Amino acid sequence: MSNVVPTRNLTRADFSSDQDIRWCPGCGDYAILATVQRTMPELGVLPENMVWVSGIGCSSRFPYYMNTYGFHTIHGRAPGIATGIKVANPDLTVWMVTGDGDGLSIGGNHLMHCLRRNVDINILLFNNRIYGLTKGQYSPTSETGKITKSTPMGSTDNPLDPVVFALGCNASFVARSIDVEAKHLGQMITRAANHRGGTFTEIYQNCNVFNDEAFEAFRAKDVKDERQIHLEHGKPLLFGADKRKGLRLDPKTFKLSVVTLGENGMTESDILVHDETNQTLAYMLARMPFPQFPVALGVFYAVEGETYNARTEQQVNFSVDKQGKGDLTKLLNSGETWTV
Amino acid sequence: MAEAVQARSSSKAPSKIRGAIVRFAGDSGDGMQITGSQFTSTAAMLGNDLATFPDFPAEIRAPAGTLYGVSGFQINFSSDDVFTPGDRPDVLVAMNPAALKTNLAALKPGGLLVANSGAFSAGNLKKAGYAENPLDGDSMSAYQLLSIDISKATLLAVAESGLSTKEANRCKNFWTLGLMYWLYNRPLEPTLRWLDQKFKKTPDVLAANAAALKAGHAYGETAEISHERYDVPPAVHEKGTYRNISGNQATAWGLVAASQLSGTGLVLGSYPITPASDILHELSRHKNFGVTTLQVEDEIAAACTAIGASYAGKIGVTTTSGPGMALKMEAIGLAVSTELPLVVINIQRAGPSTGMPTKTEQADLFQALYGRNGESPVCVIAAATPGDCFYMAIEAVRLATKYMTPVILLSDGYLGNGAEPWKIPDVSSLPKIEVKHRTEVEGFHPFVRDPETLARAWAVPGTPGLEHRIGGIEKSFDSGHISYSPENHQKMSETRAAKIAGIANDIPELGIEEGEASGKLLVLGWGSTYGSIREAVRRSRARGLSVSQAHLRYLNPMPKNFVELLSRFDKVLIPEMNMGQLVKIVRGEHLIPAESYAKIEGMPFTVDEIEQRISQLVEA
Repeated sequence: MSNVVPTRNLTRADFSSDQDIRWCPGCGDYAILATVQRTMPELGVLPENMVWVSGIGCSSRFPYYMNTYGFHTIHGRAPGIATGIKVANPDLTVWMVTGDGDGLSIGGNHLMHCLRRNVDINILLFNNRIYGLTKGQYSPTSETGKITKSTPMGSTDNPLDPVVFALGCNASFVARSIDVEAKHLGQMITRAANHRGGTFTEIYQNCNVFNDEAFEAFRAKDVKDERQIHLEHGKPLLFGADKRKGLRLDPKTFKLSVVTLGENGMTESDILVHDETNQTLAYMLARMPFPQFPVALGVFYAVEGETYNARTEQQVNFSVDKQGKGDLTKLLNSGETWTV
Repeated sequence: MAEAVQARSSSKAPSKIRGAIVRFAGDSGDGMQITGSQFTSTAAMLGNDLATFPDFPAEIRAPAGTLYGVSGFQINFSSDDVFTPGDRPDVLVAMNPAALKTNLAALKPGGLLVANSGAFSAGNLKKAGYAENPLDGDSMSAYQLLSIDISKATLLAVAESGLSTKEANRCKNFWTLGLMYWLYNRPLEPTLRWLDQKFKKTPDVLAANAAALKAGHAYGETAEISHERYDVPPAVHEKGTYRNISGNQATAWGLVAASQLSGTGLVLGSYPITPASDILHELSRHKNFGVTTLQVEDEIAAACTAIGASYAGKIGVTTTSGPGMALKMEAIGLAVSTELPLVVINIQRAGPSTGMPTKTEQADLFQALYGRNGESPVCVIAAATPGDCFYMAIEAVRLATKYMTPVILLSDGYLGNGAEPWKIPDVSSLPKIEVKHRTEVEGFHPFVRDPETLARAWAVPGTPGLEHRIGGIEKSFDSGHISYSPENHQKMSETRAAKIAGIANDIPELGIEEGEASGKLLVLGWGSTYGSIREAVRRSRARGLSVSQAHLRYLNPMPKNFVELLSRFDKVLIPEMNMGQLVKIVRGEHLIPAESYAKIEGMPFTVDEIEQRISQLVEA
């Protein structure tokens, strides 16, 4: 992210454009936009130094509502455009918004390479497990057997988990949050913004028109304490209203299990402690089947490393240092020449 | 002994000739491309005019000895102007039976055939489909056959190098090159210097190749070769400093130059593809010019990174060939809609689909002009010669940044890999490129236009007060906001078209390359057919025919005087390496009944072919 210190006080209004918002009433995207617009002023980046890039889909309308630079591109290709922007001007803070179809179906290849390269851009993937803008076909994250207009007998695909995907791509920061959990989402956005390197944040987002209540089984107020586990670095992996349930690793089977403190002699010392630098643990937490296990939210993995754009820039600088600043006349006359 | 040899060879004074065409042909592992390019460098340094045609298989190492594994390199070098690599070689070097089989038909009757008899084993003869050894008997009596066991002579020459037999055998191309240098009375020093550089780190390989080169030359001196030697004096060139340059190298250097001339950094997004990869390779060597090269995951990402870089204020470039071009089209459409500068370079190859990757073709003209969804006009230009690629790359950047539009520069495999002597330009004579990034807040919206060029403002992220959003959705002419208004779409479509059409006011008029300004026949070409047409028109005019040549470098928009110039001739002939694409535009859009000469063999036109067609039309 940019080190430019704002010279003026920023408010939510500085990041809100004058455009009418065209999402369906009740869409989870509203909540995400509000949280983003509330969080941005705290990040220390002026709107003119920020670019929001998106692909195609409902979520990809996002840049129009941010009063920053914005580029609504083509389906699945936002990672390429965002990479070009960041490499061309590393001083810019680049955010990218994509969806489960845009990012994981048509653009899966680009997302994979963008993450493994560690391009210093922040990617938010709004996962509603459905195609919204094309009016309700199943997506790569829809559950098997999903009945939609294009799959009246149920979809025959196995779904993909975005967090597992990002971990598999060696992303340097992987997190998950929920559209309506404003406080948690704000924290994740701040964490992503402050992470030096590429970040990937999956946001469960409700499509109330084509896939309503897709996440209710663990999002609803009355069940969320029992069915969500919040990952915090260095803290035991406990959940439940009274924090008496926890995750334990069976050293013999190398599998996770849910245990209850005080039952079968379980104490807090039996509970795993979250470690954001442990990729194996991150993978296990992302692969926990629901509802046997709670859904993990928070930062799964975060390790800063050298970025693609920094390395690219270094090569240019190194070449100038080593060969001297390019001299066109010298270049054209290099190698074998002859004079008439 | 050495003195005696010297005395004998000097008694055979080389005879002066105007020029010659030599073709080296061998297995793809025989090093024919290196042999050819070394012969070329030396000819260039001796001041000959020249043109080359490397012709190689797509396989990296095709099975040895097979017909499809043959790699060839033809050079036409002369004291006169040279426009093409020549139709039929005077000398054919055949390093194995397969090379002989696939190339013999091209050799001029009475031409010199140098054959490596050491490679004419029973196995190789069988692979080439020869029942009997063609070097025995009198089946080659139509040519002057020089049958030498080059394999054995090379092994003897490098015996002291300590190389394995396999490695030693690889030196036979330099032995052959030495012999050809003897034949054309050329110095060994330029190639010896090149070997010094190339094999700095492997002194044994260096010594062996140098020994082989000298041995091949000495063979000519000492052996009882009845063949005479030749001298090809320098051509009369315009004063200046020259170098040899290939089309892809010239393209890369043109891009570097454009970046310097505009004071704007350049970002290349690319994905390796034959025959365009050399531009990526060459640009990657020049990062000290502020050039950034990104080899990304696919052709689409390559176009998109370039667009992202353009949006951020740099010169975004993407390079590819036909199939990659097809993949980039949606992204190019985005650059059309968002009106961002983008340079797309297509080194065309034979299609459709994978086609023949190492063979040349001009069949992507329609793809460049019409290959996108919707009304999506772009500027399309084409280079005529390898050296011209330098200037057209600069022109592509100039037009893209001035008009905020994608510019497609068409080259092809023949131009990209072919080389010619090139007069090095004085950098101060190159056109300045003025790049304007808007900073003025007053009156800004993202689609506010320059009233003259109709180009929209280039407002770059990081500029305070100009925050805005763009995208592929139709924009309001008056505000740049999303608009679905019917009248607005009509107006924006017309504006985008008018912007591209207006470029005609900013490009040179079409000129006559050769011949009178009016007459019986105009031969009109575009792209790499330039050389063959030029030479064919020259020869036809020497025979007294009324024929002229014009060559299009701007295909969209076309020069303003295009129709007027064509209408000064009774007939127009358009040779193209496709099924007739430019001719359809000339007939369909400009209503001029031009004749098509379409050839689609993956090979350039020979001069002879075009000359015959000219004769048919003029004498009809």
